[in-house]
Amino acid sequence: MNPVISGLKALWRIFARLFKRPVTIEYPDQPLPVSSRWRGRIVLSRDPDGEERCVACYLCSVACPVDCIALQATEDAHGRRYPDWFRINFSRCIFCGYCEEACPTYAIQLVQDFEMSEYRRTSLVYEKDDLLISGTGKYPDYNFYRVAGVAIGGKDKGDAEREQPPVDVRSLLP
Amino acid sequence: MNELVLIVLLLGSLFTISALLIWVERRLLGHWQERYGPNRVGPGGILQSAADAIKLLAKEDWTPPFADKPVFVLAPAVVVSAVLLSFAVVPFTPSLIVADLNIGLLFVFALSSLSAYSIVLAGWASNSKYALIGGLRGSAQMFSYEVFMGLSVMGVVMLAGSFRLRDIVEAQQDLWFCIPQMIGAGIFFIAALAETHRLPFDIPEAEAELVAGYHTEYSGMKFGMFFLGEYLGIVLMSSLTVILFLGGWQGPWLPPLVWFWLKTFMVIMVFFLIRATLPRPRFDQLITFGWTVLLPASLLNLLVTAIIILTNGHDAL
Repeated sequence: MNPVISGLKALWRIFARLFKRPVTIEYPDQPLPVSSRWRGRIVLSRDPDGEERCVACYLCSVACPVDCIALQATEDAHGRRYPDWFRINFSRCIFCGYCEEACPTYAIQLVQDFEMSEYRRTSLVYEKDDLLISGTGKYPDYNFYRVAGVAIGGKDKGDAEREQPPVDVRSLLP
Repeated sequence: MNELVLIVLLLGSLFTISALLIWVERRLLGHWQERYGPNRVGPGGILQSAADAIKLLAKEDWTPPFADKPVFVLAPAVVVSAVLLSFAVVPFTPSLIVADLNIGLLFVFALSSLSAYSIVLAGWASNSKYALIGGLRGSAQMFSYEVFMGLSVMGVVMLAGSFRLRDIVEAQQDLWFCIPQMIGAGIFFIAALAETHRLPFDIPEAEAELVAGYHTEYSGMKFGMFFLGEYLGIVLMSSLTVILFLGGWQGPWLPPLVWFWLKTFMVIMVFFLIRATLPRPRFDQLITFGWTVLLPASLLNLLVTAIIILTNGHDAL
């Protein structure tokens, strides 16, 4: 008798599901919830002053396990380094986030967008124009040159936040 | 002339109902598995079956070169025509019936045995190992479960004193036969599941083992015929359950036709619910269950019913 009773119980349990909401998220119609740390499309952000954060140090390019990041460093009139061109091949990218971890200036960031299907493979190669956003991304207040000790035009050594003026080591000589 | 109109109407509505049933089943299964099921084509997905039919018609109608061609083509036609012919004796209302045969029940059983042929022939003509095994299983299953099916309704026939389906319904004026014939109803329902080879008795077409069983080699509309035959079979078995055990068209307030389809749809829902719940048994378990449990139970039911009728007369139950 036991299997009959358990069978009837199972029948009732399945029937009762008729009055439950399905767990399905009808994705293209409803937005898909993604976590705040979701690793999606890669962007290049700007600092609060609206200047490019990227200093073209090549660390992201080196850290990339699939070699999908390529760039060329150059320098502007103020001695500020920036990438001449910056290219990410998203058909290779595995969205591991190592570039974001390697970046010393919070310039390269992975955002929540993942809807980047294309009909042609070459459309997945993003140039600097496609990557550079106008905002600051995840770190609204961070400005690399304001906290770094490196000198650029308009900001000398010792001018950065929480930085002492440089010590003239020669004054200590006997 | 009147009958011809009825036949055409019946044919049209049966095809529509079985097409809709496919959609209803998929939606219900979806909700029972906490998902939506097909809800894209038309309002709520109601045109899903139409889209499927168009797809099947547009597909290549391929006959394998190794198949036995005439039998291969004949088999799917047999199953649909056998089931459709059975509907000729089904009394939807006291007047809505194509042929009021005095051997109605026997006629239905004869035709459901005939539909076993389509499985055997399809399995044999396909000339493929999965189809052959499916056909063999199907024949063994249908032959053994037809025995209990026939025996389980004999109690009803004894109580009603007639093989005519209309008389059986009219005999349930005071009490539906599912009360005095409780065991018979249970056995009939199990046998009906096996007869339409629905889950958990879909052993002839067990996807996990036999690809698709006896219709492995079929494609296009020939496969569609098997599919249609299966759903027509569900409608037939549900209406038989309603006629034999649940009082047919009888019920208060609503018109007879509405009552009939309401009850039939309830039984069909139970068919779907069982499919959603129970797993498939092994083949030897199925046959052992049939011959060692259902056969003695149906014989005992028959015997007890006969004894009570003989000692107390017809009106005792």
